[in-house]
Amino acid sequence: MATQLMIEKWLGNVSTTTIGATKAEGGTRANVVKIGGEQGLPFLFQEAAMPNKPVIAFEVWDIPPVDWPDELVKSLGSVVNDPFAWAEKCVSEYKAKILCVRMQGAHPDFGNKSADDSAKFISQLLKKVSVPLIIVGSGDDQKDSQVLPLCCEAAKSERCLVGSAVQENYKTLVGAVLADGHNIIAESPIDINIAKQLNILISDMGLSLDRIVINPTIGALGYGLEYAYSIMERARLAALAGDKTVGSPFICFVGQETWRTKEAMISQKEFPAWGPEAQRGVAWEIVTAAALIQAGADLLVMRHPKAVEKVNKYIGSLMESSL
Amino acid sequence: MYIIGELINGMYANIGSAIKEKNKSVIQKCALDQVNAGADALDINCGPASSQPVLDMAWLVEVVQEVTVKPLSLDSSKPVAIESGLKVLKNKGIINSTTADSGKLEILVPLAKKYNAKLIGITISAKGIPQNKDQRLELAATIISFCSDAGFSLEDLFLDPILMPVNVAQAQMMDILESIREFKVIAGPSLKTIIGLSNVSQGAHQRPLINRTFAVMAAAYGLDAAILNPLDKDLMDAIISAELILNKQIYCDAYLDAYRKK
Repeated sequence: MATQLMIEKWLGNVSTTTIGATKAEGGTRANVVKIGGEQGLPFLFQEAAMPNKPVIAFEVWDIPPVDWPDELVKSLGSVVNDPFAWAEKCVSEYKAKILCVRMQGAHPDFGNKSADDSAKFISQLLKKVSVPLIIVGSGDDQKDSQVLPLCCEAAKSERCLVGSAVQENYKTLVGAVLADGHNIIAESPIDINIAKQLNILISDMGLSLDRIVINPTIGALGYGLEYAYSIMERARLAALAGDKTVGSPFICFVGQETWRTKEAMISQKEFPAWGPEAQRGVAWEIVTAAALIQAGADLLVMRHPKAVEKVNKYIGSLMESSL
Repeated sequence: MYIIGELINGMYANIGSAIKEKNKSVIQKCALDQVNAGADALDINCGPASSQPVLDMAWLVEVVQEVTVKPLSLDSSKPVAIESGLKVLKNKGIINSTTADSGKLEILVPLAKKYNAKLIGITISAKGIPQNKDQRLELAATIISFCSDAGFSLEDLFLDPILMPVNVAQAQMMDILESIREFKVIAGPSLKTIIGLSNVSQGAHQRPLINRTFAVMAAAYGLDAAILNPLDKDLMDAIISAELILNKQIYCDAYLDAYRKK
């Protein structure tokens, strides 16, 4: 007897967020990236449409990377010492459709670059590459509150995705994003209640829900991946049942979380049984990304070119069944 | 919970005179107030005093549709009045209501089919109001089997266990609550249940308190929909909180606002 599929009917959907603005839209980007818009659970094409496939953004920094494992730095080559060359290589050689630039150099412990210098960096970067940008702060709340508004202004009308807004500190960034026509990353600490609350607080300031992307905070494989997975799944199920306040697309910082795990960093010399580190870290990044894609990740920020290549292939094969 | 606002009813003095004087603004304000307070649909009833229910029903529907696209529930004991409303409906409506009497079912079920409307089936019959859960289940079965035989989709059927005032039928309250739970398992997929909430406090003191206490208890028994006064903020807050406790909504500090926003 033929198996009969149980088809679920959903009332709600995930909102669609557009990143990047072309000339016609007032920006200077060569392409735009659309994420979200799912009308059902990921890749269940018989159940519902998935109009936009998950997208990978290459992570680049405004300074040479600090504390990155040798294997990761080696994979990118000497360009990491020149942020513009690094960004250009991601676009020209690795065919990145979108970049995520971290303003790490503004952090008080990593050079303490001024807000003006950071803004200048963004202006120059926009001239060097023509793909849409995700701009994230250094992680120092106080400094980011000065730096990010100026970066927003420098990228006015380019419809970037800027982050991160957190529950204790969101008003300045929401104001800047509203003024300069960007989208925002709303970050919550693996906590669905805070994710929902933050989305409400941000939309109360006048930024529509389709300009919010949720960073649910993830853990890499072995470091809380399953917690992130279940939070994302729960939010997505609620969104599909009609709760718009959790119906934003997800961004997941896969590279950042993977490349600080012991498994990705430690050398074969120290743990001979674990095998060569060159393969281990890449595999860790791939597996973490693949799991999160199944949980509903729409945008993945990744670091290793090899991992990006493999995950892109994986996304392609998953999307094939939609044809 | 699916909330049907009950306030557009000719039984209320302001609405009654607005219908008489064909005063659109009173009706439209009442509609919008309820929608803004969280109503998912609006009940339309010209009231017992209307001398021309067929005309009044159509007029009310058209007036309300000018200001909202929310579904309308056409509430009348006269099928001709209901049909005159159905004729001018722009969206899928709700017929409020049929009883388990074959005379009613034979008219209203085909009407619901013809106009692709939902239907509320109340478990009463010409024999009177049921006195316990078993009688309610029997009447529910009558309604369900009639609908099935007539090819009316059970997904569009709401079953109403007929809520009695607590000061008249205190002994029946548990029967009513249990009926809500059991109606849902009679047929698959699970049938929808509805109550006319304000009945429970008819003639009693502390009406709002009794209403919201019953609403919360009925929510726990799986109630899907209620016809009630959505402008009673304490009532709406209690229902939203009940859905939170039942894990039907995700908690956040602003969950009351979040519910109203969705």
